[in-house]
Amino acid sequence: MSLKRQACIVGIYEHPTRKAPDKTIAQLHAEVAHGALADAGLSFRDIDGYACAGDAPGLGPLAMIDYMNLRVRHMDSTDTGGSSYLIHVMHAAEAIATGKADIVLVTLAGRPRSEGSSGTVPRNFGANAPDVPFELPYHAVTLNQYAMAAKRHMYEYGTTAEQLAWVKVAASHHAQHNPHAMLREVVTVEDVVNSPMMSDPLHRLDCCVVSDGGGAVILARPEIARSLNKPVINLLGAGSAIKGLNGGDIDLTYTAARFSGPSAFAEAGVTPADIQYASIYDSFTITVIMQLEDLGFCKKGEGGKFVADGNLISGVGKLPFNTDGGGLCNNHPANRGGMTKIIEAVRQLRGEAHPRVQVPNCGLALAHGTGGVISSRHGSATLIMERA
Amino acid sequence: MATIYQDRVITAPVATPENQPFYDAAARGELLIKRCLACGEHHYHPRAICPHCFSDQTEWVVAQGVGTIYTVSVSRRVLPTAYAIAYVTLAEGVSMMTNIVDCDLDALAIGQAVRVVFKPSEGGPPVPMFTPV
Ligand SMILES: [Zn+2]
Repeated sequence: MSLKRQACIVGIYEHPTRKAPDKTIAQLHAEVAHGALADAGLSFRDIDGYACAGDAPGLGPLAMIDYMNLRVRHMDSTDTGGSSYLIHVMHAAEAIATGKADIVLVTLAGRPRSEGSSGTVPRNFGANAPDVPFELPYHAVTLNQYAMAAKRHMYEYGTTAEQLAWVKVAASHHAQHNPHAMLREVVTVEDVVNSPMMSDPLHRLDCCVVSDGGGAVILARPEIARSLNKPVINLLGAGSAIKGLNGGDIDLTYTAARFSGPSAFAEAGVTPADIQYASIYDSFTITVIMQLEDLGFCKKGEGGKFVADGNLISGVGKLPFNTDGGGLCNNHPANRGGMTKIIEAVRQLRGEAHPRVQVPNCGLALAHGTGGVISSRHGSATLIMERA
Repeated sequence: MATIYQDRVITAPVATPENQPFYDAAARGELLIKRCLACGEHHYHPRAICPHCFSDQTEWVVAQGVGTIYTVSVSRRVLPTAYAIAYVTLAEGVSMMTNIVDCDLDALAIGQAVRVVFKPSEGGPPVPMFTPV
């Protein structure tokens, strides 16, 4: 069976905080749930499904469902890093389509900024993670693993630092209109390539922000969505995949979007050329270029050319992306950017984006997430949504 | 510009029942990888069951310890000293995450030939790293 138009996104909320040392992580999860319920016009007693990932405390759904005192029959704690929430949406739609849930809440929240966590700290999942003994001694961190993918992409395809920089330039053009964005200053290609080198070829401005905060989405059956007071946003297609190191036979020039993208497009019955707005995971500038290629917005190796000259800037280029400023400028709560990707795509479809970045008559949007690390193991998830 | 390699404190890998022979060999100055008796393919990092065909008939083999840099990045603002993280493709065909050491880090390039050296870890077995030949 297909998920096409079987479930709708009826509530969204992005926490306005970017630094929350005085709030607990559980509290932030509940606050974004509260916000999304208000946005949808629903009560917490309406919820019968819940999903969260590893950013939630304790055993995830057990801790959070008890803390918020929800009564659910669908629960999901899939954790593929920052792409988890798009997968939660896909699973929620499956539950709704098969009658296992009517209204599903998905939350994300965290405080990496207050806790001093960032992409320059090794991720140590403990010796029971089979890869850890073979990576931790080399001081592999998120930053330098994305840098290694960028370096190989440059080597194979001639991608340049200036092309990478255009991704940040576009994000900054959007962030200037977002009062909540951490970085609102418009930057130039020169600003990016002249910012301090962190791990070559990635400069400081090639990297996303570190922020506290969170976000939530609520899905519901189409009949419920039509009874509410917001534009009806249908899920048309979804796909997910995981890519690893293939037993040492590696190719770091592509991401698992190569698999999740076609799956979502096939289900939706649309092509990349039909997409009017795209939320693309932007942990680093290279992440965007590789995903655009793998999702089919351009040919493999031509992502650098595709993003150059403002092609991702709303009102300027062919493919407006991350019109909230994205992870590169706005917000990257819990070091996991998938949730905000969904939220901005829904804002665009509702016509609720900032007027300066709103895509006119935006009827078809894509949200894509990458979680984990692009040059070792990562999850990808793609959602395609329409305004009914 | 040159960024000459400096030794740093290396976090010790934790040996497990599955990888103990790898670290025992590292202490002898040997780089072990695994080969599958069923499909003949090498794999890395070493596992009990072949990730290419899922056979449980895998054996340890001593790698030649030479290869080429698949990708490399010099991290400058992560630790007090700059260091080069890389994937090296061994002569046997498998690629492994590593550090490139004992050289000018700024001169490193994809495709460069390297050979294995072992660096002491803090309170653990030595770990395989690579240096330009
Ligand atoms: Zn095999």
